Amino acid sequence: MGKNAFMWATKSLIIFQKDVQLEFRTRFAINAIVLFAITTLTAISFSIGPARLETTILSALLWIILFFSAMSGLSHIFVREEEQQTADTLRLVTTPLSIFLGKWLFNVVLLFALEIIIVPLYFILMNTSQSAGNNFLLFLLLLFWGSLGLATVSTIIAAIISQASARGALFAVLAFPISLPVLISSIHGTRLALEGNTFSECLPDLQILIAFFVVILTVSILTFEFIWKSN
Amino acid sequence: MWWKSLFGIYMVLIILGAFLYAPVAKGLGETTRILFFHVPCAWIATLAFLVSAVYSILYLRKQKMIHDLKASSAAQIGLVFTILATITGSIWAKQIWHSYWNWDPRESSIFILLLIYAAYFALRSAVDEQNQKARLSAVYSIIAFVTVPFLIFVVPRIVESLHPDPLINPRGKVDMDSRMSTVFFGSFVGFTALFFWMLYLKIQIARLSQFKFKPGD
Repeated sequence: MGKNAFMWATKSLIIFQKDVQLEFRTRFAINAIVLFAITTLTAISFSIGPARLETTILSALLWIILFFSAMSGLSHIFVREEEQQTADTLRLVTTPLSIFLGKWLFNVVLLFALEIIIVPLYFILMNTSQSAGNNFLLFLLLLFWGSLGLATVSTIIAAIISQASARGALFAVLAFPISLPVLISSIHGTRLALEGNTFSECLPDLQILIAFFVVILTVSILTFEFIWKSN
Repeated sequence: MWWKSLFGIYMVLIILGAFLYAPVAKGLGETTRILFFHVPCAWIATLAFLVSAVYSILYLRKQKMIHDLKASSAAQIGLVFTILATITGSIWAKQIWHSYWNWDPRESSIFILLLIYAAYFALRSAVDEQNQKARLSAVYSIIAFVTVPFLIFVVPRIVESLHPDPLINPRGKVDMDSRMSTVFFGSFVGFTALFFWMLYLKIQIARLSQFKFKPGD
């Protein structure tokens, strides 16, 4: 019993491991997402020049970069299975739950890896590193929960669009209305954190981010079976 | 059919009541009268979204095409009423706030609803196979539906709303003249009936034209 109960977790880890190995063979998703983020960041940095931005614009730009970078790379995880026609084999091998969790874990790790590169770069290029009075720990907390929400939405929408035609254009269109709660609370919370507000002032935003993440993950797990099932 | 004529007379009475019988609200002047059409439109937009999500869940449980047909028909009518609510609201905003659009929380939420409907139909048009189209759009509809309650809490955090709210206010009661509320709730009932009638007609048309249902389906 104890062994069976954790079978799905083991299987998810195996799927995750498989995707990591495949990723390091081609490095497609990581290249796409990191280069996209750096290109956007450079474009913004060039266009504003040496001007110092207000925290309102600063937090909005950061999350817009993160959102569109996620849109550029996170769909690959499911689209690849369809393009290389490995989806059917995967359907035979294991349960939908472990496939979804494995792929979700991969997207979460990928998004965090992107943020480790892009967030320090963003603050260096935007000339904010020396500005005093920001609550950095709180910012990291918001970044963590916001990214979890964003990665979860991206994973379930990626599963949907991998079955449809016109995938690239459709991904952002479908994901945007669903990610809006994440984007709005993250942008609002990030602004508060950059202005040096305390934890309790950011609490409503954090609560929304955590609640949204839990709800969307649950709904995704419940509905993924229907997306994944072939005719 | 006698009830169709009765319904026609009822709606004519509501329109006459809105323009002639109901008094105007203080401070809003004659623009009050759009209330009797704008608010029911927004209500139908929300109701259609709910109906569509319910039939999407039913489709995933029962796998019968009729549920998908109902879900997508409700969404189509919902889209029309969302556009109507957006336009009537925008016209009213121009009169009172002197700008057609200024991202008031209510304007944002109706716009997000519009985005969700648009994404739903974009998804439907991108899938060819019938069952797959039904399955994927049902899942999308459910995911979008669980997102909406969050937006209700999140969106007002950006800006304070200036929108007058006779229905959804903190005190939870209706502050309206009795003649006004008669027309107002009458209009609600009329629009709701109109929605279900339109839904029924759409399903009948689709049944006759593209779907060949077996008797038990």
